[in-house]
Amino acid sequence: MKNFKLVYTIGVILLAVLLTLGIASLVLAVLGADVLKTFWVIFCYPFTSFKNLSGVINIMTPLTLVGIGICVAYRSGIMNIGGEGQMLIGLLCAIVFALYSGIEGPLSIPLIMLVGMAGGAVWGFFPGILKSKFGVSELLSTVMFNYIATQLYAYCLRVPLLDPAVAGGAGDPQTVKLAESQWLPRINEVIENVPKGTRFHIGILIAIALAVVVYLFMWKTPVGFKMRAAGASDRAARYGGISVSAYLVLAMIISGACCGLAGTVEILGVHHRGLGNCTGGYGFSGIVVALFGGLHPLGVIPAAFFFALISYGCSALQINKIPVPSNMIDVLLGLMIMVIVAAKLIIANPYLMDHVQHTVTKLINKKEGGADA
Amino acid sequence: MANPITSLRIEHITKRFPGIVACSDISLSVGKGEVLALVGENGAGKTTLMNILMGLYTPDEGKIYINNKEVVFKSPSDAFACGIGMVHQQYMLVPNLTVTENVALGMRQMMDGRDGDTTLDKFKRAVKLDLASVRRHIVAISEHYGLSVDPDAYIWQLSVGEQQRVELVKTLCFGAKFLILDEPTSALTPQETDELIELLRRMSHELSIIFISHKLAEVKALSNKVAILRGGKLVFRGNTADHSAADIAALMTGHQVYLPVNQSSKAPGKPMLEVHDLFVRGDRGNMALNKLNLTVRAGEIVGLAGVSGNGQRELAEALTGLRAIESGEVSLDGVSLVGRTPKQIIAQGMGYVPEERNIEGIVPSMSIRENLVLKDIGKPPYSTVGVISNARISANAEKMREEFDIRCSGVNVAAGSLSGGNIQKVILAREISRGPKFLIAVYPIRGLDLGAAEFIHKQLLALRDSGVGILLISEELEEVINLSDRIAVIFKGQIQRTLGRGEATQRKLGMMMAGVKEI
Amino acid sequence: MLDFIVLFLTVGIPLSSALLLASLGETVNQRSGVFNLGCEGVMSMGAFVGMLIPYMVGGSGTVAWYVNVAGLLSAALVGALLGLLYGLVVIKFSAPQGIAGIGLQLFGTGLAGTFYRHFIGGAEGVAGISSIRIPVLCDLPILGKMLFSCNPMVYVAFLMVPTVHYILFKTPWGLRVRACGTMPRAADSMGINVSRTRYQALAFGSAMAGLAGAYLSLCYAKIFTDTLVGGRGFIAVALVYFGRWSPLGVMGGALLFSLAQALQLAVQAYGFAAFPYEFLVMLPYALVIVVLVFVGKSKHVGPAMLGKPFNREMRT
Repeated sequence: MKNFKLVYTIGVILLAVLLTLGIASLVLAVLGADVLKTFWVIFCYPFTSFKNLSGVINIMTPLTLVGIGICVAYRSGIMNIGGEGQMLIGLLCAIVFALYSGIEGPLSIPLIMLVGMAGGAVWGFFPGILKSKFGVSELLSTVMFNYIATQLYAYCLRVPLLDPAVAGGAGDPQTVKLAESQWLPRINEVIENVPKGTRFHIGILIAIALAVVVYLFMWKTPVGFKMRAAGASDRAARYGGISVSAYLVLAMIISGACCGLAGTVEILGVHHRGLGNCTGGYGFSGIVVALFGGLHPLGVIPAAFFFALISYGCSALQINKIPVPSNMIDVLLGLMIMVIVAAKLIIANPYLMDHVQHTVTKLINKKEGGADA
Repeated sequence: MANPITSLRIEHITKRFPGIVACSDISLSVGKGEVLALVGENGAGKTTLMNILMGLYTPDEGKIYINNKEVVFKSPSDAFACGIGMVHQQYMLVPNLTVTENVALGMRQMMDGRDGDTTLDKFKRAVKLDLASVRRHIVAISEHYGLSVDPDAYIWQLSVGEQQRVELVKTLCFGAKFLILDEPTSALTPQETDELIELLRRMSHELSIIFISHKLAEVKALSNKVAILRGGKLVFRGNTADHSAADIAALMTGHQVYLPVNQSSKAPGKPMLEVHDLFVRGDRGNMALNKLNLTVRAGEIVGLAGVSGNGQRELAEALTGLRAIESGEVSLDGVSLVGRTPKQIIAQGMGYVPEERNIEGIVPSMSIRENLVLKDIGKPPYSTVGVISNARISANAEKMREEFDIRCSGVNVAAGSLSGGNIQKVILAREISRGPKFLIAVYPIRGLDLGAAEFIHKQLLALRDSGVGILLISEELEEVINLSDRIAVIFKGQIQRTLGRGEATQRKLGMMMAGVKEI
Repeated sequence: MLDFIVLFLTVGIPLSSALLLASLGETVNQRSGVFNLGCEGVMSMGAFVGMLIPYMVGGSGTVAWYVNVAGLLSAALVGALLGLLYGLVVIKFSAPQGIAGIGLQLFGTGLAGTFYRHFIGGAEGVAGISSIRIPVLCDLPILGKMLFSCNPMVYVAFLMVPTVHYILFKTPWGLRVRACGTMPRAADSMGINVSRTRYQALAFGSAMAGLAGAYLSLCYAKIFTDTLVGGRGFIAVALVYFGRWSPLGVMGGALLFSLAQALQLAVQAYGFAAFPYEFLVMLPYALVIVVLVFVGKSKHVGPAMLGKPFNREMRT
């Protein structure tokens, strides 16, 4: 059987999808929700109007950016789960710069974004250097840096950056609004014939452009080549004269910068001010996006769309009168991560494939033998 | 305890791995008190066959009989229960446990209880590990066989020789009546080897033994029967006494062996690599290189002979910048290498064929063509103004594939999917095509088939003739003697002595490798 | 000042219990060679499940005790099941443990939040398990309040320190677990079923994590919220490194971390309002990083093959 590998791969993927849907259905059934209707809302409802679709794309934007960042880190041999913190520090730096530099005009947006990227890069640099110099596991340090960033941001919102309008009141702490010239243009301001009245901003174009740039960087430049070599086999790379620890730190800087940009775009495009909880958990869901996109910057784009779709769908469950809390999105994400990583390994395992092939061949032969008799 | 094993027979054993048949229709038998030598080249399927016998692998086809009764081993504990024990080539000892704990780990009656235990006994055994009785058992066994071990030592504190004794004691503690030894002498000095053979000969009065080896002197000294595997097939069975070592060698390789021999009389050039009073630390913080001095000239191969673990790895790593130099001086073509990064040393003209080719020599998941330019990716012609030229990288790969006879379905396949010989050719192609001034080759033909080995040796000799200095690190004395212009023997981080090509014999080198300085 | 210290300690010890239970469990996981970053998710599920039965059944007096114990046991059971699920992914299918752990974390926290809203909802709490006062000793000045009038689960948590130590170092099972984490190949060659041992360790460790979650909902906060576990699962994993895979070391880490947290609470309680308390909240996290830097990499202690899947026939 020459095509067995293809059949096997498709079979495993189908099984994985079925398994995910199966477990999710089970959870929904326990909640007493109409399973089919729930899936309809999650997967199809976002397509029902332009407003919904633009909502999806606005979620897709930061997911893409974080996903790209995770790809760069992962390909270079370091697992960045600090996207959440890097987003926060990035957007915090961006807000401070936007509010206090007094910068206005067309150049202000790219400059604010650069500052946001720098902020994220610094927050990525720390775990990178800790890993390369002291061997501290990035899995732990990035999580710790997430908590530190959360507190730092909470403090800044509560004290130095607090909007006087809510000071002393009962409202959630937030900063003042950014100047309108610093907002990312809405897509209908750039492209004609796009319906007005949604928050659909041009961030998605930035995200796609960045995906292309990062792809070219990782696959078409010597630096990217060396980063990938270091990530694929650190020993072989070291023996080949590549300074693995330096590229590791570089990867974390780039990864952090992507996450910082994600946070900044979210502020400039959607919120226009600093709020509590404005990262939307994208730092974590970006990991799923990166995995789903095959850890490739260009693969991240469709993957981010898919995840934006289901996360928009999940958040729309309540307004569609389906008694499923929006936490369901985490259940789906978690399930998918576990199923994807397992399925990937099953596909890549020649031993298992061989075994399955033998069993299948045996079964077929038996059947044929039986038919002959 | 198991009944004594009077006969062990395996019939028609076949085991497949993806893309390879490791054992194909092999039948063997061993009687009481016999010593069977299982001989064959690396990759001939010896270890796989023995792992099947131990229940570590399940055979795809075939049966095992003990005392004419069929047995099926699902796990090594089934094999232990029948009285079969194995000392693996890489010792199966847990480094952060003591000797006693390691032995207890495999003793089923300690871990799971005996048949006929009451529930209370079982409970007691589950909540309290009776290390004291294991310890007594170890002491008794080691006294009976004259194997001295310290039951309270941690494995990581022991030397290779001591670990091997622990392995033997462990296997005997499990009640082995039938011993399988997988290349037991590969990490021992010639003297330790003699002691081991003496010990095994004594033990063969009480036990049956299968031992795997490709060192024919040992086979002749110890075994009374010999079985030869080649490419997963059994090609010969017979009495050891009836066949000469040369016969066995010919059967092992399938043809008379003619490895290329260095016969050049060209005089070497100026000193290329100079090492002066080099001190380097090993992984455990000990001084692995202890005032080492060595000079290799241009157009000369210097073989570095020694039992592994005497500083070879540390020397290679220090010379390539991968390991920090404590003190001393190293220079390549007059330029000091101390304190330089691997990148700088590579730029200086250092080539390196590392010991573990699969993880140090290539990036397994990257393609052949990418691996071929691993060291030069940032330079023209492979990249200009910071952009990689895929066309030139592919052209280079096709050229190398032709020149170095790299057998692959295409240069875009992952390098890790190649066979060991082809991986080594990829590495050699990369290193040689860079035009090095000096090359360090560590165990360059270990585990390769003879065809690949011959090709690689020819390349090394040609490289020497073109004026490159080569440091050849190897444990195979034959390889060292065949290729080298001079042979340096390393022992405990120092060069014992350097011999010319004419002076070196296997015997002499063996003595020096064991630490004897003057012969 | 004395009041301040007493407050600081009486807050710190109960705080450390959840961390202690979870990281002792994680110690067993890691000793067997499996790294479970999904501890956070398991704790969340434990917290939800632990208060489910007490919330549904209620009761008082002796009945309440039984109900609460049932809550704890169900939390442990659900924890073990989640552990086995994770085991399926990382042991059976050898998936990379860092990522799969994040998956388990999202799955667990998501499921707990979803089910909580459905089955309990709102901000409803339970009576839960209250502290007990050990007769006589609890009347001791200072120490009485600090050590002898705690929640029973606090004592359980601290009793688990010697228990886990005993299990790991004095029983056949513990020996197997340690061997599988350091050199699975050797364990395998001696007839030990590496996968089975790792499954068992995961079930045990995750049951402890579930219990830790139930402690939070049933004994500590007496209510469930999405942020109840609040990253303690991740901290628990870090504390295992911190404690060099030894139960005693882990206890030291849990106490140190919790006291740092208690310090912040005590400072807030004493109304140094002007002081930006966020920096005090940060302190324990920063502390973990600093300690991880200094812990360094000493050899021959921890499980050398931590996080590496084992497959006998996979030839490298």
